[in-house]
Amino acid sequence: MAFKQNHLLGIEPLHPTEITTILDLAEEYVALNRSSEKHGTTLAGMTQINMFFEASTRTQASFELAGKRLGADVMNMAMAQSSLKKGETLIDTALTLNAMHPDLLVVRHGRSGAVNLLAEKVNCAVLNAGDGKHEHPTQALLDALTIRRKKGRLHRLSIAICGDIAHSRVARSNLILLGKMENRVRLVGPPTLMPRDVEEFGVEVFDDMREGLEGADVVMMLRLQRERMDGGFVPSEREYFHRYGLDAEKLAYAKEDAIVMHPGPMNRGVEIDGAIADDINRSVIQEQVEMGVAVRMAAMDLLARNLRRARERQRLREAAHG
Amino acid sequence: MVPQAPHSSKDTDVIWFHNARLIDPEQSTERLGSLLVENGVITELDSPCPEGADAVDCGGKCLAPGIVDIGVQVGEPGAQHKESLRTAGLAAAKGGVTTIVMRPDTTPAIDTPEVLEYVTRRAEARTPVHIRAMATLTRAREGREMSEIGFLLDAGAVAFTDGDKVLHNTKVLARCMSYAKGLGALIIGHPQDGGLSDGACATSGKFASLRGLPAVSPMAERMGFDRDMGLVEMTGVRYHADQITSARTLPALERAKANGLKVTAGISIHHLTLNELDVGDYRTFFKFTPPLRSETDRGAMVRAVADGLIDIICSMHTPQDEESKRLPFEEAASGAVGLETLLPAAMRLYHSEGLDLPQIWRALSFNPAKLLGLDSGRLSVGAPADLVLFDPDAPFVLDRFALRSKSKNTPFDGARMEGRVLATYVAGNCVYEYKD
Repeated sequence: MAFKQNHLLGIEPLHPTEITTILDLAEEYVALNRSSEKHGTTLAGMTQINMFFEASTRTQASFELAGKRLGADVMNMAMAQSSLKKGETLIDTALTLNAMHPDLLVVRHGRSGAVNLLAEKVNCAVLNAGDGKHEHPTQALLDALTIRRKKGRLHRLSIAICGDIAHSRVARSNLILLGKMENRVRLVGPPTLMPRDVEEFGVEVFDDMREGLEGADVVMMLRLQRERMDGGFVPSEREYFHRYGLDAEKLAYAKEDAIVMHPGPMNRGVEIDGAIADDINRSVIQEQVEMGVAVRMAAMDLLARNLRRARERQRLREAAHG
Repeated sequence: MVPQAPHSSKDTDVIWFHNARLIDPEQSTERLGSLLVENGVITELDSPCPEGADAVDCGGKCLAPGIVDIGVQVGEPGAQHKESLRTAGLAAAKGGVTTIVMRPDTTPAIDTPEVLEYVTRRAEARTPVHIRAMATLTRAREGREMSEIGFLLDAGAVAFTDGDKVLHNTKVLARCMSYAKGLGALIIGHPQDGGLSDGACATSGKFASLRGLPAVSPMAERMGFDRDMGLVEMTGVRYHADQITSARTLPALERAKANGLKVTAGISIHHLTLNELDVGDYRTFFKFTPPLRSETDRGAMVRAVADGLIDIICSMHTPQDEESKRLPFEEAASGAVGLETLLPAAMRLYHSEGLDLPQIWRALSFNPAKLLGLDSGRLSVGAPADLVLFDPDAPFVLDRFALRSKSKNTPFDGARMEGRVLATYVAGNCVYEYKD
């Protein structure tokens, strides 16, 4: 059994073979999604609840589509404007939902570790759709799938992750995943946007884009998350674009066939030049979105299998004890 | 009502403790001997048993001065659902703490002689151990106007502190210090740079980066300490730093002491026995103010206690109910209960870190008593018979629901510990006795 998790809370708990298992299964779903018969029955009869305590459009849509294509009953709960505003605690909300017997719970929350906390209190599979500055595992998996398809492998690549590393859960999940798969990871950004002691994760840190991009196979840009900033991490947007925005001149330092990635939504003219984002020879941003649905289908499929197996074991145990 | 232990010595005022391993922090000695207590006071060492005395065979176990715990939060008044004077007293008795030195961060805060008298009066009727209260340095701990330091001193306040609220306005702090100096009052500070530590709940470094938690550099503690030392040098006040937890602060502390400033420093037992990695998967029972440090820092702190650079070990007893801990880490309340786990946790320093018992008792009992001008903390003739009888080697697994504290937020739940309090005596009265 190559996938042993009951939840997908982060990349950190995953074994490299588990990552490969998800990606291999996702390949099958890419094919399914491209066919005109997009319906599977893997999750038929199962209930998936999407709880987004932080507003999201693309991730939520991607999870919803993934669940529906696998035949699950999907419910979206926009938690940002609901019971938490009435003073209900996260745990109480979780227990309330748990009483509705969901099978898959997709959660996004603004606090690091909140999804881990919630997973302790419910008896269904929990998928982390982003928690604070901690992890965003399905984003890293979809990035990995995109890289593997474009580069033909997911090891011994030189990958530069650029921009606001400190506030980015995407960067954390990615650098853990890419490290586990034995790639050379470089982080590029101003020192104010770099987490402390991040070198100890076995990555190289640069504050100059040109040095950081030198010879890279993959250039991964991050959104400058202005809504997360307390203010004052960089002097101005234009200075940021000048020093860290990806344009043709800076990209020229990377390998000739380097691909450009971005988790979206993009700030054109802040972290990436519009012309680069639209360059179909370099930018794989649209493909990332496509892989997102496939990877989420694969992750939910694998978790559902483990959930069914666990429930079957439970049933047999109870039957044995009469 | 004061809970009475079964073999309370009310009927006989003379108790002869014999066959005891006497831990004397004042003389830094540890030896087998006996101790005579008359009318609640130690009157003789190694004397024969006087006639009619109540003889207590200590069975070769350790007899030491009771712990003087500076910085205990009691929820009374204002948060009795977390801890009351009664439950804090019961917990202290079980933990070998014979003097609770209470923090003034109650609701309302202890910032007037009236509140202080209310607390002292209620404590007398409800707790089996001594309770001494500290008062706030500024009214309502708001950092604007100084409290009535003179009246509060007269009413029995042993020190002045705004707890873990840092007084940002240096002019206000300087005036408070000057005024306190004039009265000979002791100020307890919480060294921390407010700007850097704002919003942080972890120590910056690899672990906090991995967990994505807002973090503060330990440098913030050094900077806060340096600022306070500047003001102490300026005013000449007696100053105690509540918790020094980072190796970076130690040279500054050493310098201040060498320069003759009247400075002492404390640390909580949690910062001596746990490190940042214990937070693990966002376990909120391991959230403290200041946050737990790296293992390097922890090791340096243990050595600083051994060298006497850090003077005092305390529990920083901070009761929190389940609701305030069952939250995402950033939102969860800070602190842990510690009255009952202070002694067994401190035994980790004895078993694993090479400190001897008199060294540990200097920090738990002798130094804090001396700092506050109390006559306890010693095993000498004339000292009050505030004593703890304990077995440093008795192993047990801690069950948080067996704690006497109303709140059960201990980081040691399920931990294997060594060191059990067998009996606690306050002024010669047995206030706690261990039963299997």
